[in-house]
Amino acid sequence: MSIPADVVRLPTPSPPRFAAIRALRLGDVPLVPLVILGIIALVAVFANQLAPHNPEIGSLTARFKPPFWVTGGSTEYLFGTDQLGRDVLSRLIFGARVSMVVGFTAVFFAGIVGTALGIISGYLGGWVDQVIMRVTDTWLALPALMFAIFLASIVGPSMWNIVIILGLVYWTRYARVIRGEVLSLKEREFVRLAIVAGCSKLTIMRRHILPNVINSAVVLGTLMLGVVIITEATLSFLGVGVPPPEPAWGLMLSDGKQGLMVGYWWLTVFPGGCIVLMVLSANLLGDWLRVKFDPQLRQL
Amino acid sequence: MTAAPLLELDNLSTHYVSAQGTRVVRAVDEVSLRLNAGETLGIVGESGSGKSTLALTILRVLPPAARIVGGRMLFDGEDLVTKSDAEMQHIRGKRIAMILQDPMASLNPLFTIGDQVAEPIRVHEGARRATAWSRARDLLKAVRIPSPETRLTQYPHEMSGGMRQRIVGAIGISCEPRLLIADEPTTSLDLTIQAQYLRLLHDLQQAHGLALIFITHNLGIVAKMCDQLAVMYAGRMVESGPVSRIFNAPAHPYTRALLNSIPRMGDPDQRLVAIDGQPPDLSALPPGCSFAPRCPQVMPRCRNAAPPPFAPEEGRVARCWLAEPAAVGGDFRVASGVA
Repeated sequence: MSIPADVVRLPTPSPPRFAAIRALRLGDVPLVPLVILGIIALVAVFANQLAPHNPEIGSLTARFKPPFWVTGGSTEYLFGTDQLGRDVLSRLIFGARVSMVVGFTAVFFAGIVGTALGIISGYLGGWVDQVIMRVTDTWLALPALMFAIFLASIVGPSMWNIVIILGLVYWTRYARVIRGEVLSLKEREFVRLAIVAGCSKLTIMRRHILPNVINSAVVLGTLMLGVVIITEATLSFLGVGVPPPEPAWGLMLSDGKQGLMVGYWWLTVFPGGCIVLMVLSANLLGDWLRVKFDPQLRQL
Repeated sequence: MTAAPLLELDNLSTHYVSAQGTRVVRAVDEVSLRLNAGETLGIVGESGSGKSTLALTILRVLPPAARIVGGRMLFDGEDLVTKSDAEMQHIRGKRIAMILQDPMASLNPLFTIGDQVAEPIRVHEGARRATAWSRARDLLKAVRIPSPETRLTQYPHEMSGGMRQRIVGAIGISCEPRLLIADEPTTSLDLTIQAQYLRLLHDLQQAHGLALIFITHNLGIVAKMCDQLAVMYAGRMVESGPVSRIFNAPAHPYTRALLNSIPRMGDPDQRLVAIDGQPPDLSALPPGCSFAPRCPQVMPRCRNAAPPPFAPEEGRVARCWLAEPAAVGGDFRVASGVA
């Protein structure tokens, strides 16, 4: 007979580091959105090598050329040309840079600011909550576009200024949603247990509240990505965004608007399609992340 | 015998005050009690009688509307009422721990069991994560979780209700507190698991010599688990003393009514005995004894003057005119004969 089972002392397992991150086993990443975002990222990085033409200089003799498979199109301009004779494909390729950087960083920046303020406001309550929420209300009451134009006219148009402006305009959305979540979370028993176990407010916010609201922030972020790209387009269209002639998908979309009525569909369909693809991919990835952050769902 | 008690509450009052200060709810009103190290105190009473507020008061984790308006709480000779929030934070979980009403929901769904049991150890002793984990392993073993090594890395949803409950118990004793407050810890469990859990709490208490405050409305549990009993009604402690003596001869009519309302098995003809009427509104208490409107033995003076705490016997306290020393020869004897 071997030794009794209760004498065997198994070693204490070492605490898993970054359990949530390690649970993101790469095996079941949704491939389609990952590939799409990967391609967009690669195109953005190697834009100089990939673009067949200069995106900013066109030839006025080659205005409004349709894509190559339409009669009148040529393989020189695969996706046609715009009103200034610039190659649409090249502009899409360079536009990926601006849209990716502006979209993701602005969403991230707004998310960090909004989530932090939402958690503080919701958890601490009292006058802190009053101050933060009144500021948020006032901020929301300002017409977002006017506010962005106002800010842009102060700091001047450039890509990084646009990122900061969009972050400043949109953090309120996060703050609102996250505060609401925190209000219900802080009444949950496990937060009370942390209080009676002697955790400080900071520890509770960091360890018990934040991980439980990250999901909502990620989902909101994927939804905000589209909004941010469109707003960036609007700002660019109004001349306070990414300064022309630098290409951006949103800018191309607004420029091509008039052409749509007279049949120049390629000016809007291609940049629009790119935005849709990027937002959709971000949504799918966000949904996957949401499942992975929840230990109960990730084992299914 | 006269060693200083571990916890001594002296005329402690906690009131809920409305925003304009117009409505005051006397949730805990002039409560005094003593608890020695290693003893178990049961606090019973109807819903809304202030049991939970009393527990929250001891830990100073009251909701914003509540104020401690008077009295002292001596814990190990230190007055908890005058402690700063930072000092209380070091006492909570370390020297006084608490098990909440719904232990099933007391675990954070996003963290492993190991991290959650280790949390108070890391917070209070600054232990490294790996050290705290090996302590957590021993704690899980102490609360009789089978194969604690695998359980450490699992998440709350992978446990049964009884296991989660025991894990919450493990968190409670993780920093070896002197006093453990259990606020109705078994109400959400079925009876067999309840019995197991109570035995476990009892064993832990014996092993660590901790004092236990057991808040419940189950008098059966009190009879099994507790040395001392305190009965609360409308925010007041109407009777307190050793369990066996109170069960044999309750001094307060409310205690007697509570004991009578326990259903007995094996007597199919017995009707359930209820206490007539409703507990009073704590913001508009009657001028006299708050139990007077429902009391079967009410006397005219009960409606005019609230009885002070009397001592019908050594070590017992009852807030009832029937327990007044002068009345001991007459009314009180008669009264105790009824039970």
